[in-house]
Amino acid sequence: MSAAKSSAAQKSAAKSTRDSEAERERKLVDEFLDSTTLFLGPDPEIMNEHGLYPRTEAEEKALANGYDDDLLAQVRDTLNAGTNEGFEMLEQMGAAPGAKWGDLITGIYTAGGDLVIPSASGVLIFSSLSHHALKFINKYWTDEPTVGVKPGDVFMHNDSRYGNIHNTDQSMYVPIFHKGTLVAWAGAIVHEGENGAVEPGGMPSAAESTYEEGLKMPPIKVGENYQLRRDMVTFLQNSVREPKLQYEDMKVKLFVCRRIEERFNAAVENYGLEVVIAAMRKGLEDVEAEVKRRIRAYPDGTVRTVVIADGTLRENVAVKVNLELVCKGDELIFDFRGSSPEFANRCNNTVLASLKGMICQLFLTFVWPDLPRNQAVFAPIKVICDPRSALASSYETPNAQSMMTFFPAFCCGQKAIAHLIYPSSRKYTKVVAPWFCMISTFIYGGVTQRGEVVGNVCADLNGMGGGARADADGEHGIAPIFSAMADTGEQEVNEQEVPFLQLVSKKILKDNQAFGKYRGGMGYEMMVATKDSEFWGFMVTCLGSKFPITQGLFGGYACPTYPLCKVKGDDIYEVMKNTPEHFRHSMVEVMNEQPFKNSEYSTHHMGLQYELAKRGELYMISQGSGGGYGDVLEREPESVLEDLRNDLISHAVAQDIYQVCYDEETLALDAKATEKARKETRKKRIKKGMTYKQFMKKHVRKTPPDYPPFYGCWGSDRDTIYAGSPDIKTRADAIQPIMMPNPKDVRIAKLEAEIKKLRSA
Amino acid sequence: MSKRVCMTEYLAIDLDKERWLCRRCEHDIGDANDDYKKGLLLNPRDPGEIHKPLIDPDKYEFTFQPDARWCQIVEFYCPNCGTMVEVEYLIPGHPPLYQHEVDIKALKKQVKKYPQMLEEPDIGPDVSARHDHSRHEHMRRED
Repeated sequence: MSAAKSSAAQKSAAKSTRDSEAERERKLVDEFLDSTTLFLGPDPEIMNEHGLYPRTEAEEKALANGYDDDLLAQVRDTLNAGTNEGFEMLEQMGAAPGAKWGDLITGIYTAGGDLVIPSASGVLIFSSLSHHALKFINKYWTDEPTVGVKPGDVFMHNDSRYGNIHNTDQSMYVPIFHKGTLVAWAGAIVHEGENGAVEPGGMPSAAESTYEEGLKMPPIKVGENYQLRRDMVTFLQNSVREPKLQYEDMKVKLFVCRRIEERFNAAVENYGLEVVIAAMRKGLEDVEAEVKRRIRAYPDGTVRTVVIADGTLRENVAVKVNLELVCKGDELIFDFRGSSPEFANRCNNTVLASLKGMICQLFLTFVWPDLPRNQAVFAPIKVICDPRSALASSYETPNAQSMMTFFPAFCCGQKAIAHLIYPSSRKYTKVVAPWFCMISTFIYGGVTQRGEVVGNVCADLNGMGGGARADADGEHGIAPIFSAMADTGEQEVNEQEVPFLQLVSKKILKDNQAFGKYRGGMGYEMMVATKDSEFWGFMVTCLGSKFPITQGLFGGYACPTYPLCKVKGDDIYEVMKNTPEHFRHSMVEVMNEQPFKNSEYSTHHMGLQYELAKRGELYMISQGSGGGYGDVLEREPESVLEDLRNDLISHAVAQDIYQVCYDEETLALDAKATEKARKETRKKRIKKGMTYKQFMKKHVRKTPPDYPPFYGCWGSDRDTIYAGSPDIKTRADAIQPIMMPNPKDVRIAKLEAEIKKLRSA
Repeated sequence: MSKRVCMTEYLAIDLDKERWLCRRCEHDIGDANDDYKKGLLLNPRDPGEIHKPLIDPDKYEFTFQPDARWCQIVEFYCPNCGTMVEVEYLIPGHPPLYQHEVDIKALKKQVKKYPQMLEEPDIGPDVSARHDHSRHEHMRRED
């Protein structure tokens, strides 16, 4: 061996020794870190993944038997009967208003944690959200000696950073074992309301950090041997304003999970475990394959939509929600890059998993309602967001009002997907314009007429106006975007429990309409006033007071904008008692006529932080209209007259918007004059319209304006994100959360400037 | 007659000529490989012309009428028949969106696989309670 070769061999040996030492050290460090985890935060591997859990050995074995499809369908029906039974129990026995009005869901999950058989009714958004928490339990608690997963254990969670919509929704999960092996999970989730946040009712908008948003449970064990641990129950009761509700609904959810477990075990006894496992897994895999097949039938291409969320609930700012929906082969990608940055001290941020849940809901209810409702419906669909954007917010930023960004994202998605559905060869539901997408309702809190401390929400949020369809008008106050079968509740029942009356309730507000060939389903107004409580207040958490929040489709108009109206100074109950003729049955009449002499009348955006309301002060809002469909000039004149007869629209709308000519007294149509007027209008359009180039030159800016404060990309450049001013911008991959000033400080500064100006003058 | 796919209530694509067409008057709007908005007429409107205030704007800031400093409505018309093909609500100064960028090459292939795309589009089924979800029969109807 030459000297050179010998030296090389020595060097190689030395290197090998160094490598193995480095490897040993690395192993030591890894072992140390594995055994000394300080904090089990949300696991990105779990939270970023919404696909199906890989097949387990038991599933592989069960599927290899090649069971008959009809037998497996029969098993799924049996399991579904169990979850439906659980749903009925929960709806009937649950104490939370949300439970009574259908804001809940029950389900059976695979051992791996995939939701496979949810109840037929309920809030389907949980279908692609609740599995995250179970996967966390499986991964971290199963082998953790201080926790473990055993028969009879009971788990809960509510923190959306571990998989949820917002922390007003509380889950419960019970593992189902067969001969000592985990084979499935039973679960129940309810919008409970109260969660001990800085404001009552469970959906704070004043919270400036996650620590002000109230109770935030990662998946935790709250019971053993099918018994709730009293220490945990007491802790949770102490964490919220409604301790009785907290206990009652935990008990109800446990009974529901046990009933579902019972039904599951009966199915196992009847069909055998392998058949049940095969039925569940095949149910998921068939749906995933079917979804891919359906996507392939959509035209390849990109559809772009934008919705401006016009505030944070604390202030009006333009928060851009930007979507490019890309369809290619069997791939469907919701690309939300270019949307607004997240806000450091506002709770309108959305955790990426919550966004996915909402988009999943779009498909479950509005696109493929015929498919079995499980997690696989969304498994093949991808979602992309800029990290630290308002739609993929970080651990540190608050998210209790994530609806303020992911509902607009839903609207973007609903409008975009209609462009793919329309030309496709087979449709599974009607082509529909966007649904109204805000929670127009009153949140309340305080001491009731029975001396109870409560905080919750009115079910009016479920009365969102339906979008117009390609062959029919939208339906008024029909259903929320997140649940096709939720109820708006009985106001009289509500009034037995809480100290306020809805003086006007569920009355359609005239002209509150998204116009179109087919008009949107309209929204109703709500006028409330406190009675029989010295400590009572309201909140409103809704966007769309400056910029319409719900768009139309194919030439249909958007909904109008919506104010919050307040009347303070008179006790409306005294007015009604002493001078009932002064009362008006519409917020429009009250505000325009100002019939109460001592009152102050004011309007506001619909982000009302919790405000104490004295007896008889009026708070008035309106539900919104779903989007319109098609050109207003194509609306059947008789349909316009029908809306007039039903007092849904004014003569101004019938004549100016729809261009219908008729006798104002008899409402008899003048068909010829209508045709002529519409023809003239079309001619005027052509005369008035400018070319695309002319418009771009005259009306388009290169950067956002100084006002309104704008957040997000401008135009098609998604790499540059603006943050409230044309001068403040960042790269999309380097977003920093936005810190907003306190609106009261802004107001004080403005007033101080005015004082200074007046003094100097 | 050339092959066409109806893309929206008012727009179709002539696949042979690769052109956007108005479905109401057959007007040739433009290259189907490009943004159809470039071939339409645009009319920027004050939102108050459409969404009139329901409560007195002299007395109140928020009136059901969108704020013109925040919102501009842009209507898009067929230059031949004046049909309103699309409406866009924009922050004033924001460029209109390139709404639907269609992959024409892929569409031609898809039409071969799904020839029903060449027919007048149906608008979708009515909701029916008769369907049996769990049997997945709906998954076997095509392909």
